[in-house]
Amino acid sequence: MTEPGLIHVLVISTALFFIGIYGFLTRRNMISMLMSVELILNSVNLNFIAFNKYLYADRLDGVFFIVFNIAIAAAEAAVAIAIIINLYRKHRSIDIEQADSLKY
Amino acid sequence: MTAFNTILLIPVLPLAAFLLIALVGRRYFPRYSGIFGSLVLLVTFAIALQEAYSYFFETEKIAGSYQSFVCCRLNWLEFSPGFSIDMGLLIDANSMLMCVIVTFISLLVHIYSLGYMKGDPRVATYYSFLGLFTFSMLGLVLSCNIFQMYIFWELVGVSSFLLIGYYYTKDSAVAAAKKAFIVTRFADLGFLLGILILSYYTKTFDFQTLIGRAGDSSFMGSLAAQSFMGVSVLTWGLVLVFAGGAGKSAMFPLHIWLPDAMEGPTPVSALIHAATMVVAGVYLVLRLFPVFVFGSPAALHLVAGVGVFTALFAACIACTQTDIKRVLAYSTISQIGFMMFSLGVSGYGSEAGLGYTASMFHLFTHAIFKALLFLGAGAVIHYIHSNEMGDMGGLRKHMPITHMSFLLACLAISGIPPFAGFFSKEEILLAAWHYSPLVYGLALLTSGITAFYMFRLYYSIFWNKSRDNQSAHGQAEHHGEAPVSMLIPLVLLALLSAVAGFIPFGHLISSDGKVLESEFHVGFSVAPVLIAIGGIVFATILYKKENLKPQTITASLKGLYTSAYRKFYIDEIYLFITRKIIFQLVGRPAAWFDKTVVDGSVNGLASLTAAVSERIKGLQSGKLQDYALYFLSAVAGCILLFYYLWI
Repeated sequence: MTEPGLIHVLVISTALFFIGIYGFLTRRNMISMLMSVELILNSVNLNFIAFNKYLYADRLDGVFFIVFNIAIAAAEAAVAIAIIINLYRKHRSIDIEQADSLKY
Repeated sequence: MTAFNTILLIPVLPLAAFLLIALVGRRYFPRYSGIFGSLVLLVTFAIALQEAYSYFFETEKIAGSYQSFVCCRLNWLEFSPGFSIDMGLLIDANSMLMCVIVTFISLLVHIYSLGYMKGDPRVATYYSFLGLFTFSMLGLVLSCNIFQMYIFWELVGVSSFLLIGYYYTKDSAVAAAKKAFIVTRFADLGFLLGILILSYYTKTFDFQTLIGRAGDSSFMGSLAAQSFMGVSVLTWGLVLVFAGGAGKSAMFPLHIWLPDAMEGPTPVSALIHAATMVVAGVYLVLRLFPVFVFGSPAALHLVAGVGVFTALFAACIACTQTDIKRVLAYSTISQIGFMMFSLGVSGYGSEAGLGYTASMFHLFTHAIFKALLFLGAGAVIHYIHSNEMGDMGGLRKHMPITHMSFLLACLAISGIPPFAGFFSKEEILLAAWHYSPLVYGLALLTSGITAFYMFRLYYSIFWNKSRDNQSAHGQAEHHGEAPVSMLIPLVLLALLSAVAGFIPFGHLISSDGKVLESEFHVGFSVAPVLIAIGGIVFATILYKKENLKPQTITASLKGLYTSAYRKFYIDEIYLFITRKIIFQLVGRPAAWFDKTVVDGSVNGLASLTAAVSERIKGLQSGKLQDYALYFLSAVAGCILLFYYLWI
């Protein structure tokens, strides 16, 4: 059993990214959409780790980026949930189809 | 000539009064604006009188004639060296005399209006308009070039418009103001074209230069060679300029605005539509007189023809009108016709220039007695509150001073010696006699008719019915004679109408500036005086006592009377031309083009934009996931593009 290479990790992160995109476009529940966004973010994190490990093993830049990303993701989740709660108060629902007042 | 620089004050003071009353006075001292305006005019009149005195009696004559010069010259628009529009004040005998007349009549009207307009809520506006008019009129008479004159010409038009429409809540006043503005504007188009033609061919706007070139026969000969449609360009230019003057001076067929202009306050009619503004056309022809004489005798014949026809025509209408101000309006048109044809029959130089002097003389005397007639009519209207002759009669006991002054003015305009009108009309008739017997005959007939309709007016107002039965119900406690501020101008003007004829006018004004001794032929004046007395006697028989004779005569002259009463259907002809011909043939197609082509293209562009946006606005659905999809597909599209283009 051989050590997995860069390509394997990239395949996984790409799959994760598109799963996230798919979920973001198809889920009607805003919490599910938020989870999809987290998937996309994590696929990016995985990319950073992979490039750091396989291409620049002597450096730590990629890891630092991930730490930042996780912090930002946490903040983003807090903001998103606040928005969702407010929308829920207004519409009594967290269905994204109901929140369509941002139009012409 | 620094001594004349104070002349600048003459037009500037009324302008200052206008600005001050309009900007400050209307809000802060509306009650006193009348007194303020009158005081300013009093100062202006004093200056004008002093300047005129020093011009006529203290300035040296050169070669026996009055000099004309320009002061306060300002180079305004320079097209090329030697061809520019200057601003300046032209001082000569005509302009000095006009300054005195305008400021004098304006002063009296200001004073008169103190009484007449008392209690009117917009009296400050009224006085500001009077100031504007006085300024424009003085600017007009002092203009040193034809273009400057045109500017002031339009300014007097505007102030006339404002004052005719002063009672702007009355529909008829609004219509009259519009009519006056449109008719005179139509005529001014001719004036502007005339200015352009004249200045293009003579290469100058300046009156003095123009007149100097008119005397140069070789220059004139080269101009006469150029012609358009068989008539020389100079004649075209002068005829067009005369058309402008005819519009302002209400010559046939552009006279239709003046009778309607009587909708304005009566003092305004006295100032603008009788004494000063309407003679601007005469003044214009007077200014260009040497050019007319040397450049185009044909145009001068036209002036004579139009003038004498208008005089007779308007006099006939005046005999049938029942609104006293309209009678006076037609009488004004008729008298301006006299001044106009007097210019038309005149020649240049000592003896031949009699008509020129007579025209200015008549302008002077007419300003006095016609202003008096209007102010007297204003006093009557003030008392009766009506313009109709039928509501008047028997007023001679109620308003003795008005009655006496009105009688004096009627005698003056009829040409009874020794009142003012006799002398000036006499000179005009003499000039006409030298020109052609036909013009003389028509003028004589007109002066007979003038005497008749003036005394018809006089008897209808002051005699005819007895007023005692009416005083029983309510008129008794009504004030009788007009207030003092209205009587002072009446008395002053009445005194002047009695003596103004004795001024040796030939010494002041003549076509070449030299003294013209007017000789007085007793034999010649027999016919005009007799015919005037005939007119008066005829009017006395018909109108002194209430009787049925006027109706009998009216019935026997049915067709003629009706057509004269309807002003010979000129208004109807104008309406026919404008409504049926211009509106149908020009207005309708133009409106169609405007509505379909111009509006259509703009509206089409708008509806095209609306349709496109209607189609694509569904893209902005407000759904977050749709936006995400667009974003994603756009990014994917960009990637594909990059891939194919650069890799």
